[in-house]
Amino acid sequence: MNIVVCVKQVPDTATERKLRPDDKTIDREAAEGVINEICEYAVEEALRLKEAHGGEVTVLTMGPSKATDTIRKALAMGADKAVHLVDDALHGSDGLQTSYALAQVLKKIGFDVVILGSESTDARMGTLAAMLAERLDAPQLSLANKVEIDGSTIRIQRLTDYGFDRVEASLPAVVSVVEKINEPRYPSFKGIMAAKKKPVETLSVADAEIDAAKVGLASAATEVVDFAVAPPRAAGTIVKDEGDGGVKVAEFLASKKFV
Amino acid sequence: MLDYRLSDELEALRKTVEQFAREVVAPRAAEYDERKEFPYDIVRQMAEMGLFGLPFPEEYGGMGGDYFALCLAIEELARADSSVAITLEAGVSLGAMPVYRFGTEEQRREWLPRLASGEALGAFGLTEPGGGSDAGATATRAVLDGDEWVINGTKSFITNSGTNITRLVTVTAVTGESDGRKEISSIMVPVPTEGFAVAKDYSKVGWHASDTHEITFTDVRVPSANLLGRRGRGYANFLSILDEGRIAIAALATGLAQACVDECVKYAKERHAFGRPIGSNQAIAFKIADMEMKAHMSRLAYYRAAEKMLRGEPFKKEAAIAKLYSSEAAVDNAREATQIHGGYGFMNEFPVARHWRDSKILEIGEGTSEVQRMLIARELGL
Repeated sequence: MNIVVCVKQVPDTATERKLRPDDKTIDREAAEGVINEICEYAVEEALRLKEAHGGEVTVLTMGPSKATDTIRKALAMGADKAVHLVDDALHGSDGLQTSYALAQVLKKIGFDVVILGSESTDARMGTLAAMLAERLDAPQLSLANKVEIDGSTIRIQRLTDYGFDRVEASLPAVVSVVEKINEPRYPSFKGIMAAKKKPVETLSVADAEIDAAKVGLASAATEVVDFAVAPPRAAGTIVKDEGDGGVKVAEFLASKKFV
Repeated sequence: MLDYRLSDELEALRKTVEQFAREVVAPRAAEYDERKEFPYDIVRQMAEMGLFGLPFPEEYGGMGGDYFALCLAIEELARADSSVAITLEAGVSLGAMPVYRFGTEEQRREWLPRLASGEALGAFGLTEPGGGSDAGATATRAVLDGDEWVINGTKSFITNSGTNITRLVTVTAVTGESDGRKEISSIMVPVPTEGFAVAKDYSKVGWHASDTHEITFTDVRVPSANLLGRRGRGYANFLSILDEGRIAIAALATGLAQACVDECVKYAKERHAFGRPIGSNQAIAFKIADMEMKAHMSRLAYYRAAEKMLRGEPFKKEAAIAKLYSSEAAVDNAREATQIHGGYGFMNEFPVARHWRDSKILEIGEGTSEVQRMLIARELGL
């Protein structure tokens, strides 16, 4: 089975993240780049599918050259090879453009299953899986907390507010996963050493037959108009208990419509 | 040309273990410490990551790394929990390493795959109730009876000797006398074996989640082929194992010293007194600056000792310096970290209190600070 797992490098959420004042895109130099957390779950699920059904796991990422670190991490976990779409023309691409660019690569490399995390911690759009499925004309199985493949049928449990839905489709398909799906493995040192020798194919916009006019900040459909630093959290309200503490707390909760 | 940068692979290893320590080890350290319980599930996950096989070649089930890779892993684990770090240190550098260094091909093939995978833990029995640093005072005896060694004696403070995955205890014993001097040899004792007994847990000041016991050998019989290394070389072999082990202990001490800095930086920014963060007072800030300096110097010292060792150069003095400096740095940092935390520093729910209790043993185990000074002085020809 040809399993492709899309991963994204994001600024470390543990550090202070910034937007660039000039073009209002994420400042990827200001913070250390790490693999988007939910992508680790996607990689883990891809590896488990491979262990169960055989085949090959290909890591696909779009990002600047320093995203190689994120590719290496996925390879160290056990993926077989990687494709890195890297080109200055892609800078500032929005969700629509990113899905177009990745779909072009996926059409080129082929797939039985594409697995993605449900959203990234930087842009937090959560729309890429849906857009990709549409562009690839493949069924979308979103927010999976369980994936099973049986021949050419893929079944997932989709996590919902009320429990889960069972969703079924035929391969090839696009799956997005949530954190409840598994516990990602930590790479072993052997895996880290092996990752160094695994093939990483670098593709430019031209290599992937992407129309450069359709990607990048200039032609993006969405625009960040303005941004401001989040105000520091205001101090909490301290209710002093003078015999009426319970009432005051209840009144406070009622005023915020919690009760 | 000097170069203290880690290779991409070693940096990836360090980051992986750091993440594991932060996500898996740290959140449960207080709980295992409080319950004085060996963290089997954490050790199992460390085994899955291949940490127990780090310095061994792949042909023996190892990860194909080296001793320095092991030290990096130990440092990162110790930033979260010294008990977990010492379990790895003792399991690899004392439990498995002697088999790799001195074992026959057959002994390596029999034991290393199990020890390197972390499926089995090894322990090393040198210290006795009547002698720690003075390893020559060994009273445990092993006598050849036909093609079996019969072992009798007691060993003290043996790390990893009583877990339910302990499968090997290598023990030093007097096997004869030559020129009026004791002939000391090392013998591998598989666990369980009749006559091998593990005493109940010690009540320790720290390292609560590490498994430490007194063990006794009463007419324990093992095949004569279980001799590890040449007969009469047991003491010398273990001294060389201890030289290496000091670098690993220095890495552990560095991790603890760094953990104290990290906790204090966080706390000194959060904790307010007299209307401002306590870290804005020089009395506090300078303490933390000194602590950072000591953690940094400890790291340089063990990196240097490991580098010399891996180059095959004499490293005895550098290992002693690293162990001595870093263990004293760990104790100093833990004391200052506790002071900076004030009353909370004396509460077990704060990590620094645990670091304080865990630090003292570092000046004692695998050669006391006095022994390290003795070794350094001897290297200087004194």
